[in-house]
Amino acid sequence: MKKIALLLSGLLLTAILFAGCSSSTDNGSGDTLTGEIIAGGSTSTKNIMEATGEEFAALNPDVTFEYNATGSSDGVKGADDGTYMLGTASREIKEDEKAWELTEKIFAYDGIAVVVHPSNDAVADITTEQIAQIFKGEITNWSEVGGANAPIVVVSREDGSGTRGAFEELLGFEDALTKDATIAEGNGNVQSTVAGNENSIGYVSFTYIDDTVKALSVEGVAPTVEDVLNKTYPISRPFVMIYHEDNLSDAAKAYIEFLMSADGQQIVEDEGGIPVE
Amino acid sequence: MTNKKNRNIKEEAFRYLFMLSAFVAVVSVFAIAFFVFYRGLKPFVGGDHGYSLFQFLSGTEWRPGKNTFGILYMIIGSIFATFGAILIGVPIGLMTAVFIAELAPPSLTKIVRPAVELLAGIPSVLYGVFGLGVIVNVLKNYSPTAQGQSLIAVIFVLTVMILPTVISISETALRAVPKAYKDGSLALGASKIQTIFKIMIPAAKSGIMAGVVLGIGRAIGETMAVMLVAGNPIAGIPTSLWDKIRPLTTNIALEMGYASGLHQDLLFSTGVVLFVFIMVINLILNSLIRKKIG
Repeated sequence: MKKIALLLSGLLLTAILFAGCSSSTDNGSGDTLTGEIIAGGSTSTKNIMEATGEEFAALNPDVTFEYNATGSSDGVKGADDGTYMLGTASREIKEDEKAWELTEKIFAYDGIAVVVHPSNDAVADITTEQIAQIFKGEITNWSEVGGANAPIVVVSREDGSGTRGAFEELLGFEDALTKDATIAEGNGNVQSTVAGNENSIGYVSFTYIDDTVKALSVEGVAPTVEDVLNKTYPISRPFVMIYHEDNLSDAAKAYIEFLMSADGQQIVEDEGGIPVE
Repeated sequence: MTNKKNRNIKEEAFRYLFMLSAFVAVVSVFAIAFFVFYRGLKPFVGGDHGYSLFQFLSGTEWRPGKNTFGILYMIIGSIFATFGAILIGVPIGLMTAVFIAELAPPSLTKIVRPAVELLAGIPSVLYGVFGLGVIVNVLKNYSPTAQGQSLIAVIFVLTVMILPTVISISETALRAVPKAYKDGSLALGASKIQTIFKIMIPAAKSGIMAGVVLGIGRAIGETMAVMLVAGNPIAGIPTSLWDKIRPLTTNIALEMGYASGLHQDLLFSTGVVLFVFIMVINLILNSLIRKKIG
């Protein structure tokens, strides 16, 4: 008796559990691209690489894409010694690395805007040195950078954020953030936190600049996409892909083509990067 | 005969179905506990990715980039915020419960009770958005630090959030007090207010305490709402109401998305500390409820 009941309820539960799973056996057809693309390098390009790689693998079901976020230097070295078919770096390729004669392709730019409250009229321009000092806690009053006599409220991002990593690296104060800083999660929260306080300063990706905050010009250059592309805006950097032509499979070549296409560049933009065109 | 047999089978089948359902909760709690403790205790038992438990629990700075992971200032921040919310929220909640249960005319009860129930149903992130847009904005004008993100902002948000719990459980406890107690007190010539404070509240004490303990649990575990108003600094034990705090919960929620390796394990360790807090609170709650029955 009890056993039958147990069996019945067991069956019922199994039926419920498996009802949601339907088998899919459809095959992609027409594409001849196969194989594995192994890429790696900068942690900052991780989101763009993974998003484009995922999309590319979805379009070409027989291709698998793997990205290892191990750092820019490792990306360049890996591309040279063959560990990675495609390497990425979130900086310019250094002189000694140029000796390896890798092909360089810039696939995106990264720009970070320094934002303050719109009512902060007195401050419109700031130097990279001043920004670093503010975020290190060495400058704590707006009057020290030409503003009103008011304390500066520093807003930064959570640890591990790519934007924070790039910001600290480009301004040369890695892991020296003042302990008085307010930490907000994500670009959007930084923006709304800065928008809510007259004395605040924060930093966001270019796509988050709008009427609620005022983006400062840095060293006299306004944060615009054009000034990033012509390399005059200081808090920006290129995302570079490096590889040896000989190492590329057909799939990898097709992936690069996809990354540079309009669709690929749209993903770059969606992931917070600046498209190259 | 066959009818009876069929009925028995049905009865048994449903019995097991109910039992299976009950196991979902039990299995879940053990799975979560095992997972959190397994990952969270790993850094302290040695290996390549090790970290000193003492430094973890006594450190006052959290800089993963510099391999510095201290959560003492977060533990203190969480305790201060919870204590503050209880200090303000419990008297308000208790008085609201008394009002609904004893004093309010039915027409007012019809407004107050649904409002409290609605308060309980508002998603916590909306409390946070309200806190950031209104509470933080107002506090900013009085704060010596020129910003509203602070311990006191967290306390205000948590106070509102624990009100529904405290009110509804206290109200239930007050209603469960035998009518004879109240009648007896009134018959002896005590006023309504005297009866409430000298008879009703003492008689409902253990139920009210259960509401308070549940409120503590809610306050210490709240994440989304406090993340937006706490300021979440990377170091510093709060010494004033205007200091920013980083509660244990927000530390996990802020950084889990990007963390890896030791950093990620130590976020789980933060979860273990939180888990221990919640378990202690539940033990207290259980002993309170047992006392009430016994």
